[in-house]
Amino acid sequence: MELIRPGTHIDFIGKKKYTLWISAIALLICLGSVFLFGGLKYGVDFAGGILIQIKFSKPVDISEVRNAMDAMGSKEAMVQAFGGENEFLIRIEKASEDLEVLSKKIQDSLQEQFKGKSAEIRRVEVVGPKVGKDLKEKALYAVGLSFLAILIYVAWRFKQVSYGLGGIVALVHDVIVVYGVISIAGIEYSLNVMAVILTVIGFSINDTIVIFDRVREDVKKFRKEDLETIFNTAINETLGRTVLTSGTVMMVVLILFFFGGAVIHDFAFALIVGLISGTYSTVYIASPVVLFWEKYISKGRGRS
Amino acid sequence: MLKSLRWKFILYAAVTVFAILLLLPTLTSQLPSWFMKVIPTDKIHLGLDLQGGMYLLLTVEGEKAVESYVEQIRNNLKDELKERGIPVGRLETEKPDRIVLEFSGAKEKVDNLLSQRFTMLHELSPSSEGGIWKVRLVLDSRETDYVKKRAIDQALEIIRNRVDQFGVAEPEITLQGTDRILVQLPGIKDAERAKKLIGQTALLEFKLVDEEGDVDEALKGNIPPGDVILYQRSVDPQTGAARRMPFLLKEKTLMTGEFIKDARVSLESGFGETHVSMEFTDVGAKLFEQITGSNVKKRLAIILDNNVYSAPVIQERIAGGRAQITGRFTPEEANDLALVLRSGSLPAPVTILEERTVGPSLGEDSIRKGIFSIIVSAIVVVLFMVVYYKATGIIADVALVLNVVLTLAALAIFRATLTLPGIAGLVLSIGMAVDANILVHERIKEELRWGKTIRAAIDQGYHRAFITIIDSNLTTLIAGVFLYQFGTGPVRGFAVTLCIGILANIFTAVYVTRLIFDFVTLRPGTKKLSI
Repeated sequence: MELIRPGTHIDFIGKKKYTLWISAIALLICLGSVFLFGGLKYGVDFAGGILIQIKFSKPVDISEVRNAMDAMGSKEAMVQAFGGENEFLIRIEKASEDLEVLSKKIQDSLQEQFKGKSAEIRRVEVVGPKVGKDLKEKALYAVGLSFLAILIYVAWRFKQVSYGLGGIVALVHDVIVVYGVISIAGIEYSLNVMAVILTVIGFSINDTIVIFDRVREDVKKFRKEDLETIFNTAINETLGRTVLTSGTVMMVVLILFFFGGAVIHDFAFALIVGLISGTYSTVYIASPVVLFWEKYISKGRGRS
Repeated sequence: MLKSLRWKFILYAAVTVFAILLLLPTLTSQLPSWFMKVIPTDKIHLGLDLQGGMYLLLTVEGEKAVESYVEQIRNNLKDELKERGIPVGRLETEKPDRIVLEFSGAKEKVDNLLSQRFTMLHELSPSSEGGIWKVRLVLDSRETDYVKKRAIDQALEIIRNRVDQFGVAEPEITLQGTDRILVQLPGIKDAERAKKLIGQTALLEFKLVDEEGDVDEALKGNIPPGDVILYQRSVDPQTGAARRMPFLLKEKTLMTGEFIKDARVSLESGFGETHVSMEFTDVGAKLFEQITGSNVKKRLAIILDNNVYSAPVIQERIAGGRAQITGRFTPEEANDLALVLRSGSLPAPVTILEERTVGPSLGEDSIRKGIFSIIVSAIVVVLFMVVYYKATGIIADVALVLNVVLTLAALAIFRATLTLPGIAGLVLSIGMAVDANILVHERIKEELRWGKTIRAAIDQGYHRAFITIIDSNLTTLIAGVFLYQFGTGPVRGFAVTLCIGILANIFTAVYVTRLIFDFVTLRPGTKKLSI
């Protein structure tokens, strides 16, 4: 069975003048959403605060829960329907020291106000301000260092800085896109979403290396061709693999998205976005960066 | 050729069988007892987000421990100065680690005392004005660090003790960094009660009631020197209204809970009240006898965490080392109080920095749905490989299944914890395993198209794909190692499964499938490869 016919030759790189604009606009929207419009909502994990997941055995409307929260004076609380029926998520983002007391007060008060409806507290998270800051810093540190390690390794393996740089720029692109889409979709930035970002980084660098590897091989094979043609050939030669791998992984993530349950839902959504971005960025971010670098900065030494 | 294949086959089969054996305890609980002796693994440890339970990150307020240590030093200093007849003006703690002392007379006497008995104090800026000396005494910084460290160690020990007595299966209580304690209690039902039990300082003190002092005057702000006001809180069982009754007490603590040998709930409740009765150690018993003996007809207040519980009149000298705390306890409260008294008081208050409690039903939900989607995805991927690559797709499927088995087995043997982000790492490594197999297959197909023979195509296909697989897997592995090294909690969980998954992947996708390919094409004259 062949999904991509052998000898397929699509001029991917030739379309880079259009995709460059698409990428630029997409990145601008994403960055704008994250930075200018305060789009990225830090969840309780990073901002500090309280999260309570509550489930009632009898029908309860979301407005009743909101009223109950108002009645006890927690006006800053956000209530949203979550998961199955009669299940809600209550969030208070607040960096203060007495969260434990507040959390207990809310739980007691909810139990009291919905007495006949057997409220079950399914999840409580209380994160103090210090811990949120710690988690943020350490995660940033870990991701930054692993980027650096990837850059060094790829540059060493391919004997050229441009390849490492291309890979990293593509990763940064993917991370920005995932953050942007999360922020536009109103998903909270939580520890689970951070795990998605890490996963996307893994997939994206994998995809990039497969194509770069082929380029390295083809550079030796077609000594007379220019680098742009070689990139095109390499992308086409590995197109079957790209479609199959991305397709298979996408199937798995879609299954997670539809059947994985409420906790995993946002997680799977962010992963879908990251997969698309990761595949796209290999062809239209990583490759053009290498081509640009070799053409203008290191003046074609990339062929040697 | 055949011989080397056979040895490889035996080696790979042994690895597979061993991995399956490691996983058996996770899959079934009905294993014969001899099995556990041979294969010393447990079930795969599930994180609290999956199995439900409570995660608490506490910090011990080391400053407070230093403060009370300095307070103790000040009291000793006061007694020593009095004993030596040195007239003292002011003697106060100025900062948590600093005492101000004013005295008159010869400075040498005080200096002698300090250098003999109080070497942990440093003298700062001594000044003299009209025959009155004023010195500041600072606690040595090494001593400060030591006190803080000891407070953490003690707190860790005491919390461990309390949790053990409370009865939680497989609790984990560990030190994090220098001043944090991580408490993980799987499957806990009553989170509030557990939190109270762990976080209660439980400092028990005995102080005398100041019988001469006027409580009303003191409430207006005229507290007699050396006295302190503390309250007795009580809740009216009928109306539910809380009352606070003030007590004017001598500030000096005569005895603390450190001498408690045992504490039990006593059931001899005359007036429907539950008591907690304490038994003191021998030293404590003597001290208690001495205190009660010299204060007959006075009231002795029993104070727990700055709340007065009762203040009975001492009728006579009490020998035998027993005392009781009375109050309107529910049996549960009394039980917990006895427990914290038995396990000792925390050297400093602890505060909760982070709490995550997942109810058992939510954890079950997550697992059920997670397992369901994993099974569905596994079926879809396995079928897809067979449909697309026909017979050789089965080889890829063997590699995929083996990859998952090896990764889970490694989690079991290293006692790593599987969390939700960990599952994400697993998904990523499975994705990379699929990719590795696709890379190999596509490459072999390509080589066949170039007109190579089957054996040559397989050889070349593996050779070429190997470079790519190693490059992409190593890059991700390097990132994973850094994430593990510098990440915390969930980032680490992700990194662990990812790294193990990648190592398993290199083994299964490159070596195991190659062996099967070689076996399949062993027969000379194999003309067609179903790929």
